[in-house]
Amino acid sequence: MLELAGRSFESRLILGTGGFRNLEVMAEAARESGAELATVAMRRGDPSAHGSIVDVLREAGLEVLPNTAGCFTAREAVTTAKLAREALGTDWVKLEVIGDDRTLLPDPAELLEAAETLLAEGFTVLPYTSDDPVLARRLEDAGCAAVMPLGSPIGSGMGINNPYNLRLIVEAAGVPVILDAGIGTASDAALAMEYGCDGILLASAISRAADPPAMARAMRKAIEAGVEARRAGRIPRRHYARASSPEAGLADLEQGEREDNAPDGDGARAASRAQLVERRSR
Amino acid sequence: MTSVILNGEPRELPDGATVETAVGELGAPGDGVAVAVDGEVVPRGEWASTEVRDGQQVEVLRAVQGGR
Repeated sequence: MLELAGRSFESRLILGTGGFRNLEVMAEAARESGAELATVAMRRGDPSAHGSIVDVLREAGLEVLPNTAGCFTAREAVTTAKLAREALGTDWVKLEVIGDDRTLLPDPAELLEAAETLLAEGFTVLPYTSDDPVLARRLEDAGCAAVMPLGSPIGSGMGINNPYNLRLIVEAAGVPVILDAGIGTASDAALAMEYGCDGILLASAISRAADPPAMARAMRKAIEAGVEARRAGRIPRRHYARASSPEAGLADLEQGEREDNAPDGDGARAASRAQLVERRSR
Repeated sequence: MTSVILNGEPRELPDGATVETAVGELGAPGDGVAVAVDGEVVPRGEWASTEVRDGQQVEVLRAVQGGR
């Protein structure tokens, strides 16, 4: 259950809709993913177009979450959010303000400014942010309903490049942390949940997979698995092995190889193993 | 005539043209459409009463596939 801005969602996956080769594949993947929210972008278009993405998503049972993708300034992002509110009747916005064309990394200064402006206008702001714990805190302090750090650049499929920062963000956050961008495959999604993320936004990993509906299913399972694993509590990492079968009661099967005539029993077996190890190291 | 830039293209609209006129140039508007004139949102209820002026930039947007 994902609690977001006073609402509850069964699914912890928010589906981006970019990159699907057509709306049919998108709708099928959306159903398989279990997602209840899906992002859309605002673009120039024929105002009379029918069978729009919004209709398809709503038919598949998903709510539409407009984003401000493609905006490079706070002003552009704020206007885009207002246009989306007007067009789609929602005051939720997935806020993105990009600072660099090649990496599509967020522009922190413009992002914070846009967030503050939109919050003052009554929007529910879900900001795409870098994996900087201080910026995440600033966005939360401003009143954002979640923080959405990247794992790695948008569409890169590199997974989580800085687990340390992500964990710092999770530790400190008082709002949901939704990993946004970089997921390449199901194990990345599981890992994000194991690190304590509350949700994941992804598209490319599904939409550009060879079989998008199958990958959507895999993502749903991976997110569930990651949440369970987090709850279950993983074992600590160790440098050396830790035998999982009992030492006591091991048979002595090297009797003939032993150099002394030590008595039977665990003591003898230990002595025999020590001799074996020594022989091999000579 | 009123010359505007409509979704990036120059357009000649009749004198007294409104935002509604401009949107109509692109097609009969369905749901899910929003308009900005010179970067300011014009709510749908004000399209018919908002005249466009020479040189104004009219953007007619709708939701498309996007995000991640």
